[in-house]
Amino acid sequence: MQLIDQHTKKIMEGCKERAAAAGLKFEKETLEYIVTNADLLELSPKIMIPSLYDYWLQDIQVLRGKGEYEYYPNNPYETVINTRPAISFYNDNNPDWLNVMIFYHVIAHIDFFQNNKFFENTWEYDFKEKALTEKRIIARLRSQNGRLVDYVIEFARSIDNLVGYFTALSKIDNNSMLNLPGKIDYYFNIFLQEIKAVTMREFLAEVDRYNKVLETFAEESENVFFKEIAVKNPEFEEYFANHTKEKKTDKANDLLQFILNESSFINESKNIWMKTVVEIVRETSLYFSPQIRTQIMNEGWASYWHEKLFMTDERIKGHEIAFARLNAKVTALSKIGLNPYAIGWRLFMHIEEMADKGRYSAEFDKLANIEERKLFDKNLGAGTDYIFYVRENYCDGTFINRFLDQDFVNKHKLMVVGQQIDLQRNVRKYYVKSRKIEDYKKMIVDTLYHPPFIKYEVIPDNTLYLTHIYEGKELYRDYIPNTMIGLEYLWGNTVELETTEIDWDEMKRKNEQKDLFAAGDDEKIEPILRRVVYTSDKRKVTKRKL
Amino acid sequence: MKKKKTQLANTNDALSKQSDFDFFKHLLVTSNKNYLEFYNYSDLQYISNLVADSSLSSRIYDLDRLLEKDKLREKDGFARKIKLGRLVKPSKEGADKTIIIPTTTEEKFLHWNSEAASEGESTTGGSGEEAEGEVIGEESLRPDEDGDGQGGQGKGGEHGMGADAYDVGRILTEQFELPNLKEKGKKTSLTKFTYDLNDKNLGHGQIVDKKATLKRIVRTNLSLGRIKTEGDIDTTDMLINPKDSVYRILTKEKDYESQAVVFFVRDYSGSMQGKPTEAVITQHIYINSWLVYQYKRHVKSRFILHDNEAIEVPDFYTYYNKQVAGGTEVTAGYELVNKIVEEENLAKDYNIYIFHGTDGDDWSTDGRTAIDELKKMLKYANRIGITVAENNSSSRNDSVVEKYIRASKLLESEPVKLHFDSFIAADADESRIIQSIKTLIS
Repeated sequence: MQLIDQHTKKIMEGCKERAAAAGLKFEKETLEYIVTNADLLELSPKIMIPSLYDYWLQDIQVLRGKGEYEYYPNNPYETVINTRPAISFYNDNNPDWLNVMIFYHVIAHIDFFQNNKFFENTWEYDFKEKALTEKRIIARLRSQNGRLVDYVIEFARSIDNLVGYFTALSKIDNNSMLNLPGKIDYYFNIFLQEIKAVTMREFLAEVDRYNKVLETFAEESENVFFKEIAVKNPEFEEYFANHTKEKKTDKANDLLQFILNESSFINESKNIWMKTVVEIVRETSLYFSPQIRTQIMNEGWASYWHEKLFMTDERIKGHEIAFARLNAKVTALSKIGLNPYAIGWRLFMHIEEMADKGRYSAEFDKLANIEERKLFDKNLGAGTDYIFYVRENYCDGTFINRFLDQDFVNKHKLMVVGQQIDLQRNVRKYYVKSRKIEDYKKMIVDTLYHPPFIKYEVIPDNTLYLTHIYEGKELYRDYIPNTMIGLEYLWGNTVELETTEIDWDEMKRKNEQKDLFAAGDDEKIEPILRRVVYTSDKRKVTKRKL
Repeated sequence: MKKKKTQLANTNDALSKQSDFDFFKHLLVTSNKNYLEFYNYSDLQYISNLVADSSLSSRIYDLDRLLEKDKLREKDGFARKIKLGRLVKPSKEGADKTIIIPTTTEEKFLHWNSEAASEGESTTGGSGEEAEGEVIGEESLRPDEDGDGQGGQGKGGEHGMGADAYDVGRILTEQFELPNLKEKGKKTSLTKFTYDLNDKNLGHGQIVDKKATLKRIVRTNLSLGRIKTEGDIDTTDMLINPKDSVYRILTKEKDYESQAVVFFVRDYSGSMQGKPTEAVITQHIYINSWLVYQYKRHVKSRFILHDNEAIEVPDFYTYYNKQVAGGTEVTAGYELVNKIVEEENLAKDYNIYIFHGTDGDDWSTDGRTAIDELKKMLKYANRIGITVAENNSSSRNDSVVEKYIRASKLLESEPVKLHFDSFIAADADESRIIQSIKTLIS
């Protein structure tokens, strides 16, 4: 791993100037390294962060990668990581024009990392330095506690997809708005609104009163304020006391943190070091959370800018054809499959055009006539500003939901592809299943990263009871037992998981009972859902129906 | 770190060559010292020559260390984490390679699109001009299947398995504690010799055998009466005859190595499609690797496929991928094995192993001919392992093959040579397959 040479660095600096002039915002300092393919193989299990903590299963992935590489060698172009300064990795021996294209792509990624609101939790610190410290901590703990450290890492990682990323994110925003003391916050936001359900007028009157008290009594304001309430609403104190008692679990953002706080095992004095390890795993997962939730946008944004800026860069005129070939390889729509570069790039262009023409408006939404819709153009020229707004405030889920529309699907001839197996001819057939926006959107949304939502509570006998909220997809059954055993280890007691599963046996039985000659034979059998509970007790996992 | 070592090794050279750059040279008395002292060191030549270890991780364990770690998990009461994945690299020339790579999954609570699966359909995106409902493409369920069989073309060189089979075998043996072969039935190989310092010679040779020499000296001196039987022995009084020195010398030794031929016989009839084939293939890869390790690479693998006729295929890749929707006759496969062994006279020079994988179907319900052929095989084979990977869970222990093999009582009369195992293919995960291998080879 070495820095790029001065000549190439100069090209990068030139790219930065042009990108900044075009409106991209990013920190001036960046680091670019040349890496070999072997380096990349070693980096990828560490999600490209060289200083991430060591963990033996990553080594297996490296070995696996090396085995695969032997048979299927490939040359990745670049990777950029969200650190301060941002670091990017390149292959050696790229021609200058290719470097220009890649640099623009990288700069756009950096701009995205540093401006998209979903990355806000990564803005305050340099992750690679933090990771380095954590790597050293883990190495030290490993020398003291041996392989126990690896178990704790493993089991913490087994639920690290359940981290409360959005909870943490919303707290950042709350802090920047209004931070009221707990009692006052409860009084205004819960007691008045939910329990008393007062009218807006009454509510505002109370706010007024509070402000006046605050002005007059300053430090004593809270006491004075609640004295009056004690007269008006004597039940308030009790409600508030119950609230604080009940909401013990609320202190935790997610399951991992809850286990940290409440686990009898981890909180034994000899195991207290485990907290550090679990917390490191948790924070690492939080750090990567925005990245996986903005894949389409991030790649689309970078593709948008590398194309736009490359074409206007006067330094490398004459390479347009080579560029076009390469760019097409990256951004062509797949005949079958979903390419985030292709979809994201086209969607950003689509949004820009729509905003330019003023189509994100009620006026346009009301138009039903297809010809009128085609011709609608307010000529606002607001497109560029609008896509910058989108890159700042959206993530993949909202991006797809808001901007994917029938016009876009039509324009790019997109479709939902279904598959059928033809046993007679021993082939799998792909066919056009639908071109409707509803189906297309649902298909995309189904592929988006969406970890399961699992609630947690402690039931008698100190059993950790997890409730999986079923959203149309069951949990992958093969992984449940070992994950449960790991959780039991961290919790130090029995763990139960309530979830929904399709009852295949029942469906089979129904299918067999069906009268073959009856009408409506082609009818699909509706999946039969059943609530089940997995229990992990003394490292034995059992399942029972509810 | 390599550079640093060479640098230290050449310190003397470095001194004379690099002294031109020495900052303090003009202050020192020039001398011919062969070592460095304080003022010979300077940052420029010393520190700038150090090269940092370039690896990105502080350490990456090799597979052995990782497997060792994995083994400890069992002791701690957790399931193993490392699985062996298979990677087949197809190649037109037929010299396909199969390597086994370690894989692992980090198990989590993950969503799985089960409802789509229950409707038997998963969807993805695409783009193009076609109308709704139109078929836009087809894909063979066996993407790499080649058209016609090139049975019996037997190519020289490596038979399908990559050179890593040995390593895989070692890993399997160690990780899954597969037994080592107790008696390999050594057979002479005439072409191989090793050289050993086994023979002794008086007077001259390569290495002095001190113990033997001392014994001879004592004997000589005893006969000369120079050693008193009472009191301390005075060794300075002893005479040493040059002829008493015993040497070891290098001599040519015939090498006794055992070698093996393995026949892999697979039912490739229509009913085998899917899980049974998968299970049988996985098992055969592992067994092959294990034997390659046990016999230190002296293993020849032969691949035989049968439906109602049997063919020999040249390599593992074809063996793996070929599929025909024919009926099933186990006899055909066994016959071909017997024919090959007889024609090539393999029984004389080789240990012979035969592994047969089937889903248990056979046209002949009593299996009379198959049992006859099986009896023939038992005469020369070291081990015959039959696996029935059952297709249907309802016909448990009920397949035709299993029935007639049990009825033949051969399992009881030949408990050493003939081993049998059956399982339901759909439930066969790695550990079940390994367990089955243990049954077949132990």
